[in-house]
Amino acid sequence: MMFAAQSIAEYFQRFGGWQYVIAAIIHAVLLVHVFAVSPFAFIWLERKVSGRIQDRLGPTRVGGLFGWLQSLADGIKLVQKEDLCPPAADGMLFRSAPYIVCVSSFAAFMVLPFSDGWVAVAADCGLFIMLSILSLEVFGIIMAGYSSGSKWSLFGGMREAAQMVSYEIPLAICALVPVIASGSLNLGEIGGMQRGWFTNWFMFHDPFTFIAFFVYFVVATASCKRAPFDLAEAESELVGGFHTEYSGMRWSFFFMGEYASMFAVCGIASILFLGGWNTGLAPIDQALYAARSAGSDGTGGAAAIGYLANVIGAGVFAAKASFGVFVQVWLRWTLPRLRIDQVITTCLKYLVPISCFLFLGAALWPILMVAGTGRSTWNSPIGDRAAEGLQETREGGGDVAAVSASGVDLGMNFPRINEAELEGVVR
Amino acid sequence: MSGESFLFTVFAAATCLSAVAVVFSQTVVRMAFWLIIALGSTSALFFLANADFVGAAQLLIYVGGTLVLLVFGVMLTASGPYLKIATSPGEIVLGGLVGLLFLFVVFASLNGVEWRKPTAHSIEAGSQVVAAGNTLRPLGLSFLGSRPDKDSSTDGNVLTPGYLLPFEIVSVHLLVVLIGAAYLARAKRRAVQPN
Repeated sequence: MMFAAQSIAEYFQRFGGWQYVIAAIIHAVLLVHVFAVSPFAFIWLERKVSGRIQDRLGPTRVGGLFGWLQSLADGIKLVQKEDLCPPAADGMLFRSAPYIVCVSSFAAFMVLPFSDGWVAVAADCGLFIMLSILSLEVFGIIMAGYSSGSKWSLFGGMREAAQMVSYEIPLAICALVPVIASGSLNLGEIGGMQRGWFTNWFMFHDPFTFIAFFVYFVVATASCKRAPFDLAEAESELVGGFHTEYSGMRWSFFFMGEYASMFAVCGIASILFLGGWNTGLAPIDQALYAARSAGSDGTGGAAAIGYLANVIGAGVFAAKASFGVFVQVWLRWTLPRLRIDQVITTCLKYLVPISCFLFLGAALWPILMVAGTGRSTWNSPIGDRAAEGLQETREGGGDVAAVSASGVDLGMNFPRINEAELEGVVR
Repeated sequence: MSGESFLFTVFAAATCLSAVAVVFSQTVVRMAFWLIIALGSTSALFFLANADFVGAAQLLIYVGGTLVLLVFGVMLTASGPYLKIATSPGEIVLGGLVGLLFLFVVFASLNGVEWRKPTAHSIEAGSQVVAAGNTLRPLGLSFLGSRPDKDSSTDGNVLTPGYLLPFEIVSVHLLVVLIGAAYLARAKRRAVQPN
């Protein structure tokens, strides 16, 4: 069922007044695991991939042949280390900076849907909230650089902050391109509209969204301060940048934040461009949505199957996002570092104009399509797709067109581009 | 005490305490840190009031934008490692007076308003329901200059302007302030005389 339970809080309403508390606890516990386990896995991945790219084996000792417990060994080592604070540092700021980085990238997961209805807060402007929370991360980095009382940290922090602040602009504009196509900022709705064959993914919606996906990915890599845009914390030039003076767990908090925000931006990419939790194969999607629909009404076996369908959806989503992280790791060990002026030039002189052009093109595309071919998209219109999902939630009967035409009356504001009206605009 | 009022108390207390800490801390960057906590908790209050968009805008504009700019400014212009601001007793007295006066104004105006619980109502334009329930859409529409709640009740010939004019005046005023600030802060160079 597409919009049956928009969030976990809604799902727990059947258990009475404590639903928010239960939902909050369950979601927080699950998210802490996403937050803690995904860096665990990605750091191991980073080591393995870099090893293979450099024709080495990577970690092989801890935990069997593939060294998959290496991250645990690293973690134990980091916990044991002394919690240092240099005498020249501003103690309070120095100690609190890692928490700001960590909390801001953790809080972004609050509005990220992992599967249909599996989201803590189904906010109508979810994408906006997510981008605004992710933009707080830069603060922890400035604080860390400034309060360390060290020139290396200050330089690193300044560069990092300049880079992150300037890459936020094309990031937001590129994220807006699929938003124009879908007409919604609600990440759950955007994901639901891409059901069916993979041609329904917003990446294939029009040429502008196709390019926007790649631009978004480059910008997201840079805003996570990953190579080739990681000069600010280049080991050989700046002794680690803003985190030069950190050690032990505080140091690792920065990296947990970095890997979590890598996963977060790749998750946004997978929902905005790559269909989110949809498999991209229409028959399978159809079956999964039917199972969810049956599960949300039924009890016992049907509910279990519906739950399983959502687990599969979350798996598909995690696989897409993890693939994005893998590509970021792959890039890091393939491309040489850019100089800091080249990093900023790439952003301000190339990526910002390109993303503005894509934004404009995506806004004009439906009008041009209507003028040329008489329809606003080359495959099934977004409004129909959204209505198709809505129709399944109601007990059979009524054709798709009728439901989509009355989208407003059902309390759902689906972006239904009135093609006759658009033709009027064009002529 | 319900969950919401508990959270409200927590975030309101965080806002107030960190606002006080902004005033009493000496280092500029520490002030910025406390200001982050204060503004972040304010946006949490917005989220609690179901005003997601306003909360996110608060985070993006004030915390992610203005404060980053402030810290950048401090980092780029400070002469020493940790810039400190010492307040003289006279300034404390003057600031305290202004603060108390402002508190009085806020208190008086809050008492002066007759608070009502918002009632569920729907606004219709033609046959379509523009807004139903307790949404902020009427407020947003009136900022865009359209008052469907008022216009539908009258005969429809007279359009109510909404808050568009004051809103635009404020934004033009902000632009004027920006230009003025840029003019005042620009580096004053003497024109080079040709030999």
